[in-house]
Amino acid sequence: MSLLEVKDLQVRVEEREILHGLSLTVNPGQVHAIMGPNGSGKSTLSHVIAGKPGYEVTGGQILFKGEDLLEMAPNERAAKGVFLAFQYPVEIPGVTTWNFLHAALNAQRKARGEDEISSPAFLKKVREVAKSLNIPQDMLKRGVNVGFSGGEKKRNEILQMALFEPAVCILDEMDSGLDIDALRIAADGVNALRSPERAMVVITHYQRLLNYIVPDVVHVMSKGRVVKSGGKELALELEESGYAQFEDAA
Amino acid sequence: MPAVQETVERVRRIDVDQYRYGFETQIESDKAPKGLSEDTVRFISAKKNEPAWMLEWRLEAYRRWLTMTEPTWARVDYPKIDYQDIYYYAAPKPKKTLSSIDEIDPEILKTYEKLGIPLREVAILEGVEPPPGGPPSPSRKIAVDAVFDSVSVATTFQKELKAAGVIFMPISEAIREHPELVQKYLGTVVPTSDNYFATLNSAVFSDGSFVYVPPGVRCPMELSTYFRINERNTGQFERTLIIADKGSYVSYLEGCTAPQRDENQLHAAVVELVTLDDAEIKYSTVQNWYPGNSEGKGGIYNFVTKRGDCRGRNSKISWTQVETGSAITWKYPSCILRGDNSSGEFYSIAISNGFQQVDSGTKMIHLGKNTSSRIISKGIAAGKSQNTYRGLVSAHRKATGARNYTACDSLLIGDKCGAHTVPYVEAKNSSATFEHEATTSKISEDVLFYCIQRGLSQEEAVGLVVNGFVKDVLQQLPMEFAVEAQKLISISLEGSVG
Ligand SMILES: Nc1ncnc2c1ncn2[C@@H]1O[C@H](COP(=O)(O)OP(=O)(O)O)[C@@H](O)[C@H]1O
Ligand SMILES: [Mg+2]
Repeated sequence: MSLLEVKDLQVRVEEREILHGLSLTVNPGQVHAIMGPNGSGKSTLSHVIAGKPGYEVTGGQILFKGEDLLEMAPNERAAKGVFLAFQYPVEIPGVTTWNFLHAALNAQRKARGEDEISSPAFLKKVREVAKSLNIPQDMLKRGVNVGFSGGEKKRNEILQMALFEPAVCILDEMDSGLDIDALRIAADGVNALRSPERAMVVITHYQRLLNYIVPDVVHVMSKGRVVKSGGKELALELEESGYAQFEDAA
Repeated sequence: MPAVQETVERVRRIDVDQYRYGFETQIESDKAPKGLSEDTVRFISAKKNEPAWMLEWRLEAYRRWLTMTEPTWARVDYPKIDYQDIYYYAAPKPKKTLSSIDEIDPEILKTYEKLGIPLREVAILEGVEPPPGGPPSPSRKIAVDAVFDSVSVATTFQKELKAAGVIFMPISEAIREHPELVQKYLGTVVPTSDNYFATLNSAVFSDGSFVYVPPGVRCPMELSTYFRINERNTGQFERTLIIADKGSYVSYLEGCTAPQRDENQLHAAVVELVTLDDAEIKYSTVQNWYPGNSEGKGGIYNFVTKRGDCRGRNSKISWTQVETGSAITWKYPSCILRGDNSSGEFYSIAISNGFQQVDSGTKMIHLGKNTSSRIISKGIAAGKSQNTYRGLVSAHRKATGARNYTACDSLLIGDKCGAHTVPYVEAKNSSATFEHEATTSKISEDVLFYCIQRGLSQEEAVGLVVNGFVKDVLQQLPMEFAVEAQKLISISLEGSVG
């Protein structure tokens, strides 16, 4: 069974159709890249999968491990293993990263009927993960993303991904605002999480990221549709010729 | 946040119309006849076996009150109060003189148990076990002076306090046992003529706490009073007087809950604090009285006058309040910075939901030289509520070097509520430095969704964001209160989003 299956998805925002019948099948162990120009609907797709309010699904289906994802509350999706690394992670002043992660992890565990993780066990776990991602301890004590640099914010997203161990990770423009060193660190973190059970959907505008996170499948999105799919070489092709050739196809 | 899970569980168990503390204790009570007259005042005074000077003081206040009119400047709106339709005195009938907690009416104890008040909790009575994660304070103790309706029925830790020379007792007792202290200080911070509600309180106050900390003494425990309004239609007129003599320190906690009622209940308390040279009082309040139901019916009218007088040099008064209850809140805990180098603080969290109306803030009156004050106010408005911060910072002509820092932040949840900031500043000398910062923000959908995507429920997400917003103030509370307050904040915002 595929892990994530998007079938003919049609989505409206404020009466305007943004996705016009989009399909995508992601199997366990795969990394899919979704490329496309600004405004093509990449973030919209990621938001609808995660269950952000404000989007009206007018047609199609999303199945996660065969279950109807659109029927689930967004926090239920999270507990079942859907993770979205945001293009623009928000700041939560006054809430330490450490507290936030602990509360979120326990909420997920509880929803799955698992025991809550104690503070010492959590501390140990989060320290290990932070260390593997080169995240200083100090960052965990600060307010969630408050005063973080662009690179730190993205690393914090990956830290959460590593901590929650989701089944499907959607990474929305993980590379935006990162210099090459920060990009490499973040990509290493993502690569470390690749596994035969887990799938990733890497959304990006640029081919550059895909040098570091090498995808199995590349999709080109334009104007709310997938207009072409192929292997990793498709990304390089795009790099040479640009998106213009697909504008008409859309 | 460890409290989140528990909070959410508690939130699930209540709905807006089932105010958690809305139960009533069945005990016989001893009431004054309805209405207000000189006779009512005499009745109350006689019930308390008061000396003649106290009765005179009350009667003078009563006569003054007759000449006054109810203030209308606050941004609150409520039906006219019929002062003749209120009982001004109600006391649980004393069965006998109590010498220990075991002798308290079991009905009353049950009420406290439901409220989760640790009156009988061994851990606290023994003074061990700070909450997990709390600062190490093995000898931390709380003395509870429980005010049930209008009469104090339980006083603990008297002995240990006595050894330290600290007087902590119902004010009705202090009037009889320490008349010289009461006469010296009562009404010197909030005069009987101060304002409509304070004057009313002066005439009919029923009971409250009296604290005197002698020179050089650091009070060996936190002093705590739990207020509770119980009698149907009974006005509640608490009177508290705390004096910290030279070089002394005391921390006082006040917490309140009230049972559910259809009729609105008037509450007009007066709290007076006095610090002499080098003394400090820290006064913390958690107020969660019945706010009214989901249609805006019922709820407490809370018209409180709280004021501290930094009478001595280098003295300090710090107010911290977490206000989540009451239908109407009219409350401005203030500091008169009279002594040179004295300082005042006001830390406030005011939360309004449903149809609640809050008009609260502080006054910092700088009179002495080199006085400083600090105001941190966090207002949170949800539902159809209105939340106003009203503050005055003034520096007298002689108050050279006066400094104030004010930060007023408002958070709106939803779009049917309102937050308002009304700061008044008066500097009568040019050496004063007053800084004022104010922000108003809405709880952002993006922030909520971020939390929910990580697995938190809507309520948990709101609770987390709001607790982050108020963190600076929560940190000012003693640990026992901070944990409770954090839960209370989440509970009071239940149903505010989505
Ligand atoms: N909340 C919204 N309200 C109105 N239009 C929106 C909203 N979100 C996205 N859109 C529109 O939908 C289209 C796709 O946006 P988006 O999914 O963010 O694209 P991408 O991530 O590929 O840049 C754009 O035309 C954008 O303007
Ligand atoms: Mg985007």
